[in-house]
Amino acid sequence: MNKPLQQTLLATLVAAGLATSGVASAAKTDLVVVSWGGAYTASQQKAYSNPFMKANPDINIVNDDSSAQGLAKLRAQSEAGNVTWDVVDLIASDTITLCDEGLLEEINFDKDIAPAPDGTPATKDFGSMIVSPCFVPLIVYSTTFGYRTDLLKKAPTSIKDVFDLKNFPGKRALQKVPTYNLEWALIADGVDPAKVYDVLDTPEGVDRAFKKLDTIKDQTVWWTQGAQPPQLLADGEVVMASAFNGRLFNAIAKEKQPIAMMWDWEALDLDGFVLPKGAPHRAAALKYIRFASDTQRLADQAKYISYGPARASSAPLVGKHAELGIDMKPHMPTNPINAKHSFITNYSWWADHKDELSARFEAWLAK
Amino acid sequence: MTQVLTTADGVPLKTSLHRTLRRRKITALLLVAPLFVFILITFLFPIADMLVRSFDNSLVPNVLHRTVPLLAKWDEKSGQLPGEKVFAALAQDFKEGQKNFTINRLGKRLNYEKSGMSSLFRKTARKVKRLKEVPSYKQALLKIDKKWGRHDVWFLLKLQSGSVTPTYFYAAVDAHIDDTGKLTMKPEKQQIYLNLFVRTLMLSLLITVITIILGYPVAYLLATLPTKKSNLLIILVLLPFWTSLLVRTSAWIALLQREGVINDLLVWMNIISTDNRLQMIHNQIGTVVAMSHVLLPFMVLPLFSVMKTIPPSYMRAAQSMGATPYLAFARIYFPNTIPGIGAGSILVFILAIGYYITPALVGGTQGTFISNFIAYHISNSLNWGLGAALGAILLAIVLVLYVIYDKMVGINNMKLG
Repeated sequence: MNKPLQQTLLATLVAAGLATSGVASAAKTDLVVVSWGGAYTASQQKAYSNPFMKANPDINIVNDDSSAQGLAKLRAQSEAGNVTWDVVDLIASDTITLCDEGLLEEINFDKDIAPAPDGTPATKDFGSMIVSPCFVPLIVYSTTFGYRTDLLKKAPTSIKDVFDLKNFPGKRALQKVPTYNLEWALIADGVDPAKVYDVLDTPEGVDRAFKKLDTIKDQTVWWTQGAQPPQLLADGEVVMASAFNGRLFNAIAKEKQPIAMMWDWEALDLDGFVLPKGAPHRAAALKYIRFASDTQRLADQAKYISYGPARASSAPLVGKHAELGIDMKPHMPTNPINAKHSFITNYSWWADHKDELSARFEAWLAK
Repeated sequence: MTQVLTTADGVPLKTSLHRTLRRRKITALLLVAPLFVFILITFLFPIADMLVRSFDNSLVPNVLHRTVPLLAKWDEKSGQLPGEKVFAALAQDFKEGQKNFTINRLGKRLNYEKSGMSSLFRKTARKVKRLKEVPSYKQALLKIDKKWGRHDVWFLLKLQSGSVTPTYFYAAVDAHIDDTGKLTMKPEKQQIYLNLFVRTLMLSLLITVITIILGYPVAYLLATLPTKKSNLLIILVLLPFWTSLLVRTSAWIALLQREGVINDLLVWMNIISTDNRLQMIHNQIGTVVAMSHVLLPFMVLPLFSVMKTIPPSYMRAAQSMGATPYLAFARIYFPNTIPGIGAGSILVFILAIGYYITPALVGGTQGTFISNFIAYHISNSLNWGLGAALGAILLAIVLVLYVIYDKMVGINNMKLG
């Protein structure tokens, strides 16, 4: 027996087990805004929160970077009957699940959300971006491709090139989810992009998509975190990779990596705010959401991160990057040139099939 | 006549002793109470909650409280759809469920069993509001979605109408109840969990063996060196132990990746060409290497503390009686270290079997563990029932292995120090 050592060990374990957390409280209303952290939260702070706090000195915004666990935590809070979050930033598909479960408040767009400067009501200004009554879209991001300009002899220009190992040899990186990958596989296999979900709705269609993915399976690295694909590209681990466009922009414009974008059939998705049912400061939260989602604020955010504003009226106001001074318009996933070939995932189709296809995708990967 | 012994203040000695003992017991209990409450709240309660979730199905009978009793009378073997009464009850349940936001949750719940239920429920809930005093609810629901005319949909409702369900456990071992009501394995293309359980167990075993092989000599060295030197070496063992898990895992990524340090070195030494760089990460090798390193201290420390207690005179005695050093080691030293190996193995194995972050980062597709899927179901798919069932099975496996270990080695033989 070695008592001192044992005690040291025990102390270490106890110390490791005790995570401490402290939230500063002030006399003002503390509005808890949950988002993704990193550069994204920073862009929201600069574009929304700082001007909001200046205009409303009685409200203090507390940031919480828990969006990645947003689904599970929101459900746990609701089941425990103790909701502590006021505003939560989520991607659209997650929102639909939570909205279905009745955990979020429905938003009255024409009443709660600011109209465009020219008076166009919010419902019209957001248009097809309103995919769920509980969800206020803020930005459009896309999952699209980046490739190494120096490691490939030819520049890929179409989604077909991703599946073409002969002309574009080398490893690829794809996200470790069935979403988008199945759609891309079918489009590359020659399916009419407008009919992708009709084809996927049949067992043969799913087989066809997996068969196409089979052709590049042993040349594919699967990523799970958004930071991975730019890193894999920068390290030369892969020659092309699907990635969130904002991450690629950072690698290209900020870090000057030899990477270029391939926008063909970019998969557009939305990110935005939701209001949990039972949020402790409902009125302040609505006020904040209204402020953050107005035309100017969404355009301002594009100065700090290359995600497209979800409002039509914000697009012309997008200017230059705040630090780099480059015009952000060509880097927006919503720019008509980039979005010439693009699709928005069919949320309701995926809500039905995600469980089944995720299981099948994992089984396919493990083989 | 016996005289009752009393204390100085006249209380019988027996009573006084009792009192003192009781007071001591209460003090002891009070001292343990915070820990006990802590364990109850943070450990036992969550585990019980998880176990309940793995078979809880009360959502179905609660939301469809009108339909479920009627459905019990429906004979699914007749091949007919249920009657108008059942459809009417379902429509009422939908209206109520729509109002208190439970109906779509139910749709999502049933979607785990059959793809397409989620949208069927969402669509029906949206439209059923407008149904008022229709002549036939059956016609009305069929008009909303023709899936309500499918026998398998109704069969699923009946099958899931109990307040407990075994289907999460079926799903956790890749089985399901098919449309004819038979328990069968899922199509091969959808089987994942059985393989994962086997892989998790095999890799954990491999990692345990590797840590024994690597840790044994280190512990021996630590135990036999003079204290001054061994203390310094212990710091070297503990230093990585005190370093963040993420840092150590990331370090392995930097070392093992295709453009990483090891591959660069091999290419530089002309052992491999740059096109044939070794794939040592995002597969099982990555998981095994990184986890063996991360878990090594848990093997070294118990081994060390057991070896420390073996008197060096044992070995000398054996050798003086004619044993070769090898024989002395095999017959005397090694058997004395078995309690340490046992303790280290059980620590490493049980930690490995539930490991999560390292396999997620370096495991690729072939090196992930069952816990990665438990995490997926808890935080992504929100299928907490399946996550709980997988967790319950994992817990059962650990308990069974523990019992086997106890029978074979004896748990009293285990020494942590």
